[in-house]
Order: sequence, then C-alpha cells, then structure tokens
Amino acid sequence: MSEKTMNLTLKVWRQEGPHVKGRFETYAAENISPDMSFLEMLDVVNTRLEQAGEEPIAFDSDCREGICGTCGAVVNGRAHGPLSATTLCQVHMRHFNDGDTIVIEPFRAEAFPIVKDLVVDRSALDRIISAGGYISVRTGEAPEAHAVPVSKRAAEEAMDAAACIGCGACVAACPNASASLFTAAKIIQLAKLPQGNIERRRRAIAMIQQMDKEGFGSCSKHYQCEAACPKGIKVSFITAMKSEYFKALVSKD
Amino acid sequence: MLDAKIPSGPIAEKWSRHKFEIKLVNPANRRKLSVIVVGTGLAGASAAASLSELGYRVKSFCIQDSPRRAHSIAAQGGINAAKNYQNDGDSVYRLFYDTIKGGDFRAREANVYRLAEVSENIIDQCVAQGVPFAREYSGYLSNRSFGGAQVSRTFYARGQTGQQLLLGAYGALMKEVARGNIEMFPRREMLDLVVVNNRAAGIICRNLITGEIERHAADAVVLATGGYGNVFYLSTNAKLSNATAIWRAHRRGAFFANPCFTQIHPTCIPVSGHYQSKLTLMSESLRNDGRIWVSRKKGDTRPPHEIPEEERWYYLEERYPSFGNLVPRDVASRAAKQVCDAGHGVKGGHAVYLDFRDAIRRHGRETIEEKYGNLFEMYERITGEDPYQTPMRIYPAVHYTMGGLWVDYNLMSTIPGLYVIGEANFSDHGANRLGASALMQGLADGYFILPVTIGDFFAGSGPAGIAADDAAFDDVEREVRDRITRLVECHGRRTVDEFHRELGLLLWDHCGMARNRQGLEKALRRIPEIREEYWKNVNVVGSPGTFNQVLERAGRVADYLEFAELMCLDALHREESCGGHFREEHQTEDGEAKRDDDRFCYVAAWEFTDVGAAPTLHKEALEFHEITPAQRSYK
Ligand SMILES: Cc1cc2nc3c(=O)[nH]c(=O)nc-3n(C[C@H](O)[C@H](O)[C@H](O)COP(=O)(O)OP(=O)(O)OC[C@H]3O[C@@H](n4cnc5c(N)ncnc54)[C@H](O)[C@@H]3O)c2cc1C
Ligand code: FES
Repeated sequence: MSEKTMNLTLKVWRQEGPHVKGRFETYAAENISPDMSFLEMLDVVNTRLEQAGEEPIAFDSDCREGICGTCGAVVNGRAHGPLSATTLCQVHMRHFNDGDTIVIEPFRAEAFPIVKDLVVDRSALDRIISAGGYISVRTGEAPEAHAVPVSKRAAEEAMDAAACIGCGACVAACPNASASLFTAAKIIQLAKLPQGNIERRRRAIAMIQQMDKEGFGSCSKHYQCEAACPKGIKVSFITAMKSEYFKALVSKD
Repeated sequence: MLDAKIPSGPIAEKWSRHKFEIKLVNPANRRKLSVIVVGTGLAGASAAASLSELGYRVKSFCIQDSPRRAHSIAAQGGINAAKNYQNDGDSVYRLFYDTIKGGDFRAREANVYRLAEVSENIIDQCVAQGVPFAREYSGYLSNRSFGGAQVSRTFYARGQTGQQLLLGAYGALMKEVARGNIEMFPRREMLDLVVVNNRAAGIICRNLITGEIERHAADAVVLATGGYGNVFYLSTNAKLSNATAIWRAHRRGAFFANPCFTQIHPTCIPVSGHYQSKLTLMSESLRNDGRIWVSRKKGDTRPPHEIPEEERWYYLEERYPSFGNLVPRDVASRAAKQVCDAGHGVKGGHAVYLDFRDAIRRHGRETIEEKYGNLFEMYERITGEDPYQTPMRIYPAVHYTMGGLWVDYNLMSTIPGLYVIGEANFSDHGANRLGASALMQGLADGYFILPVTIGDFFAGSGPAGIAADDAAFDDVEREVRDRITRLVECHGRRTVDEFHRELGLLLWDHCGMARNRQGLEKALRRIPEIREEYWKNVNVVGSPGTFNQVLERAGRVADYLEFAELMCLDALHREESCGGHFREEHQTEDGEAKRDDDRFCYVAAWEFTDVGAAPTLHKEALEFHEITPAQRSYK
C-alpha cells in the first residue's frame, strides 16, 4: 500500500441519450490513491460532480470483481483499459502515473446503442444466446450426473470457453464490431460436452444467424478480440465455430 | 404462533408425501395463470424457467442490463450436494445434520431435510445443462471440502461455480424467452408490491433507462431478489444488490424473519481506504490448503517472512484441533476479530495471514495454481501482492444474510400469493450458513420446490383477476411517484453515498461481528436521526424521467434507513448468542456463542406497523425432533 496520491486529467465521453449528440468533457481527478480501482476513481470524480450539483458520469458496474461482465469502457483506446486479461473494475490506479491524461469512451458498436455516457445496450448478446446458446433440457429430465462421464480434458476445454463473461469487449475491440468471439465461446463450450452434442448443428446455425441479424460485423481475423478479452478467451474458438457452422450446413439433421 | 404448514409424517417422507398430497393445476389451466418473478439470480432464473416449462406465463425482472449478470454470478467456491461420490460417509441425513448444526439450531428441520434431499437432483440438472464442473481423469466429478463439514461434498467449476450455475439457469431462462413463454424485463427495479384483498396482485417498477413507472399484474408474485448485506455499505455483495423489494413487501404485510442474522465471511481482502466501494471475498475453499495465522507478538511490524515459525500463532488450528482452519464462518470470523482486537493483527491492524507456503511445499506450485489460480490472480490485481510469495492478508466482511422474508414450508410469505425464494427468504440456514449451501438452496427453491408448491396455491385460489388498471395499482403507483418526487426535490447538501457510508459504519460497529445492548441502543437512537436528516438533506441530482443512477441508489438507501432499525431491534431482542449473532453478554467461558434454547428457540418474524414505530413480534416455535440441540463444538 502506498501513501502517495496522483492528479489526473480525464477526457470522458458524455452523451445524454441514444439520439443526442455526444462530446468529450474534461475533468480533473485529484488526490487519487494508487490503491483505488479505476471505478473507485470514477466514484470519487462523481462524488465531486454531485457535490457541485452536476450530473455524475453514468457507467455500469455491479460485482466489481471481474466476473459479472457489467462494467467496461474504452480507456486510452483499449477496451477495459491497459491491463491484459483484466476487466476495468479490476484495473487499479497504480498502473497510471501522476499527471496522466486518460481518455474514457463507451464500448462502441452499431449493435450496442448508447444509453447514456459510458452505458451501452448489449441486449443483442442476450438475443444471440436466446437463439440457441443452451441445452434444451427441462427441469426434472436430467439423468444421474454420473450416467455420462465427461473426460477431464473436454470438461476443461468447455470451461475455458464457458469463462466468457459477456461484457462485449470483443465487439468493442473489433474493427468490424463482430461478436464472433462471444458467440464462438458458447457454441464451443456446448459442442465439447456430450450433453451438448445433440443440438450442436441447430445451435451453431441459429446463433450465427442471430449474430448476423443483430448487425454485428463478420470476423476478418484481426484478432483484436482476444487481446481485449478480460477472460483470455482464445480466437481458436472462432475457427472451431466456423468449422461447426460448415458441418452444420452440409449435414442433413 | 405462526404456522409453517409443515407436513406430517417422518422427516424423510414429508416432501414426497407433500408432493403427492398437494393439489395440482392441469396443463390447460396453467396457461391461463401468470407469475411475476423478480430477480434472475440462481433462484429467480431457475424458478422462471421451470414455471414456464410447466406452462405458466412468466414475466421476469432484473436490475442489471442482462439476467446473466445477477449477483449469483460472483459465487466462487462451490455447491454442496449429498451425492456421496467420495464414499466418505456422506448422506442426505448428514448434509441435513451439518446444516442444522452449522445454523446453530435456528433453522426449520423439515425445510433443511428437503433441501438436502433435492441437492442431488440439482447436480444432475446442472450437468445436463452443460455446466462444466471440475472432473477427475476418470471422467467423474471432483469434490472439495468446505467449512463446517468433515466430508467432501462440494462441486465446483474452477473458482467460478456461481457463474457456471447461473449461466446454466440463464440458458434455461433464455430458452423459454425464445419459446415466447417468458417475457424478460431487464433494467427494471421493483419499487413496490400491489396487494389486493389480501393477495399479491402485481408490482410497480421503474424502467431504469427511461425512468417510466410501470405496472405489472399477475396471479402470483415471486421475489428472488437476493440478500440485504449491502445495508452495511461495505460488503462482498455486488453493488446493485439491495433490500428494496423485500422491504417494500414487508411494508405491505410480509413478515420479516430474523433480520439480525447476517453472515460475516472470514476471508475477504481488508479495507484499503476511505474510497473503498466494496469488499472482495477470497473463497472459503482457500481454507482447504491455506493456514491462518498471526504473530504471537502484539503490534508486530515485521514483514511475514521475517516472523519465525515459533512466533506464528495458528490460532484456529490451536483452538479447534478437529476442524482447524475449516471451522464454520461465524467461528472463524469471530476468532479473527478477537486476535486483531487484542493487537495481534498484521502490523497491529485489522488483518490476519492466510498462508499457502506449506501447501506449495507439499503439493507443488502447479497443483495450487490449478486449484486456486484465478483467486490468486484476483488477489494480486487488487493488492499488488503475489500470494505465491507472501501470505494473503484477510479480514472478515459482511457477506450473506440468513434473515429475510418469512416463508412457510411452501415458500409462501404471510401475503397469500407472494412467494420468496433464494437468499431473500429466511429459509434454511438458521443463524449461520455453511459454505456452498446458498447456491444449493437457491437452485433447490427455484428448480424443484416452488414450481411444485405454487400449484397448490393456484389450485386452491384460482387466478387473482386483478388487472393493472385496478384502483389498487393507482394508489401504489401514486405513492411510488411521490417518494421519487420527494427525493429529487430535496436538493440537500449531502450525497446519497455519504449517508449510506455513515449508516453502514454504524451497523458494522454495533450490529456486526459482536453486539451488545449498549451499542444496539445507541444505533437505535442514531438511525432515526440519520433517516430524518436524509429526507431533508440528501442531494439527488438529475431528473427522474431519465437514466439516473443517483436516484436508483437514493431509493435503496431510503429503504435501508428504515430496514436497519428492524435489524438492530431484532438483535437487541434476541438475548442469546447463536451462529452469526454474537451478543457479548452471552458467551461461554471460552468465548463461544451461548444459545438460550429455553427462551429463544424460535424464528422471530416481525410485522410492520409504521416507520419508526415498534413492529409486532410473531414467533414460529422451532421443534427439533431429529437432532437434539447441543452446544456446537468444532474443537
Ligand atoms: C462473492 C460471493 C461469493 C459467494 N460464493 C458462494 C459459494 O461459493 N457458494 C454458495 O453456495 N454461495 C456463495 N455465495 C452466496 C450466493 O452467491 C448467494 O447467496 C446467491 O447467489 C443468491 O442468489 P439469489 O438468486 O437469491 O439472488 P441474487 O443472485 O442476488 O439475485 C438477485 C436478483 O434480483 C434482482 N433484483 C434485486 N432487487 C430487485 C428489484 N427491486 N427489482 C428488480 N430486480 C431486483 C437482481 O437484479 C438479481 O437479478 C457467495 C456470495 C458472494 C457475495
Ligand atoms: S463490474 Fe462485474 S465485471 Fe466489472
């Protein structure tokens, strides 16, 4: 723990609503402790705005532990800020220097309309899941858990994909604003498991079609998504998803 | 005396007999019945999906922008189930026994037995949904141990068990959304309950994007809105977790049970500054391999590696040789507070060490990394310290609330047609919850219990027959609007968070890990003063008709300022120590909680009268037919 504090300049995107023009505003963030999280730094700035009777900067957060996927902004051009494999809520101010200027913008994509300031509407991701990102088992139908053994390797690979928190950083980082990494993570998680096998073809087609329908771009292998992903989801899942998709298209069932 | 409607018969047969005896609704009629489910955590998402599968028309609500983000997502360690896959002597009865004992004999036997019974189905269901639980090379499921148990019955998915279970339930929910049978309302906050002719008839919500006030009518309402730990301001709960839904329902007639039963988790990252916005839990599973110690020397300022072995005080291992570092949470938290209050904490402050040195030596870094890698990373991100090299610093923090709205065996509150599930009810954990049992309870309630018991209510009472344009909705909506107007027109000088912090600190000091009459009376004098000042001096900027996060928080804090009084009052009235409720006046000679079964072997269910006025106490007597209450011992 350190006692030194920092003074920073923030350039923050302010936009009252989806149909209003936005602009950058400059704020001073003073006496910032290096042990604060990035969002706590914003809290401090917001408290000062509130005390001055001004509207605080709107930003989403909930768990502040890097797991719920609620937070996120583009900080100095990088989704979730300067640290790799880290959500914005887990970035601490010790990674910035006294006197820095920090530019903060929302996750931008056509499929993510701005709600206010740094808050965006990511419901398109829910609709992709709704199209087929599950195993259609009803409550009560399940067999005994040990009826179907799953190899440790398959379970681990499924877990690697399942770690996605649905924050949308992959979309914000992609020059095409593609949701391929997000969609692939779910398709591959379920394809790896015997339980998910039966619906895998239908699932791949439905989810990919929904992704296209939502206005996300397609993947042209820039792979910025993997670099921005706070959970380190691998782009190899996208390749695997494409192969799932083509297999599904040619299959008869 | 309150009647919990516990079915007759031997404990092991109650649930199956009840399922057979209750009335059913035929599939054609289910389609005509609508259910509002508030909350999309494990309890709410599993309930909404299961009700929809049965054919009920469901409306599902959550505060977050997506149902997948509910607070349950943050659970790390695991979920219990009495599968006995380890062949280590586990059984439904043992899980039942551990939970009753862990809860310090303040939970209802019949509910807890049922919970243990359905625990097995939960694992089956989740595996079928594609939850990637940890597995052995054999292809079968792995288990770990949690506090308060001597068997290994906890299932887990790395350190992200809650996330994986919730994504399973969210998938089930979205499947029903796709079928058109669940209507999903994200970014909605329920601000009040509408009760007509003594039956829940719907809710009033605020659309958090547009600020519009909405009415939703239904034939039954289910609250799955989580716990109220954030009343303390600092807790391990997510920032959006709150008490508004249950508090508003309480004001409309639902009794509130055991509000003073809160759980302080022993292993959290200590507070680092005044700006702290929440506290981060380090999963209890770490206590499987980590050893907890402090320096025997008071006010020792040496860095940990300079403190020699013989000067390290492994106080849990010393005091509780049979459970060691795996004693239940309340016991571990209190012990940490005691050693720190006595000056043994890290650098004389409020932290103890959780050390993996020996585990790394024994099993190798790789094994420890595989088990806890993501938790270690999280710790390093927050503190800037590497726990592979230097022991973690931890301290207890508010984590879970065992108290909640009173429900009967069918999970129905004292308002007919209002059900409460998950952490929001007072449920199954008595005065202390065992690790990995909240996820189990949320999913038990949502997948397997509520979908059955709600049918009994509908079969008996039929549809509510109240539309959203009923005069009762007019009245409640007006009250909701008036409150919002009062908040935004206050134009005071203090921010919402300032008030919240002040309240939180007051509660932490006087209604936290240790409580006494004097402190509680002080808090009870102070809370109404803060509340009065709040309504005169709070500053809520921005307009109510837009996306306004200050206003959202302002409403929640207004409710905490009412609820906190009930919590302290309950703590004051319960003149005994049990589980997480430790009254300093009532302890054994060696400082353990001392229950008073003659006077307090009951659930305290409070009925609302008016703000600032004394609530009415109703009691549900707790009867122990299976397990004889005894002084808990983990020595
Ligand atoms: C950090 C952490 C780790 C944990 N780890 C474990 C663990 O390993 N094992 C275990 O068993 N337990 C664990 N717990 C406890 C467990 O996670 C919770 O008790 C459980 O997830 C609660 O689930 P729930 O469904 O009742 O409510 P929540 O998951 O809290 O969901 C509440 C829902 O209600 C909604 N809501 C609330 N108020 C309103 C309103 N007014 N209007 C509309 N919607 C509303 C929210 O949006 C949300 O969707 C942990 C808890 C924490 C804090
Ligand atoms: S707030 Fe949950 S991931 Fe950042």
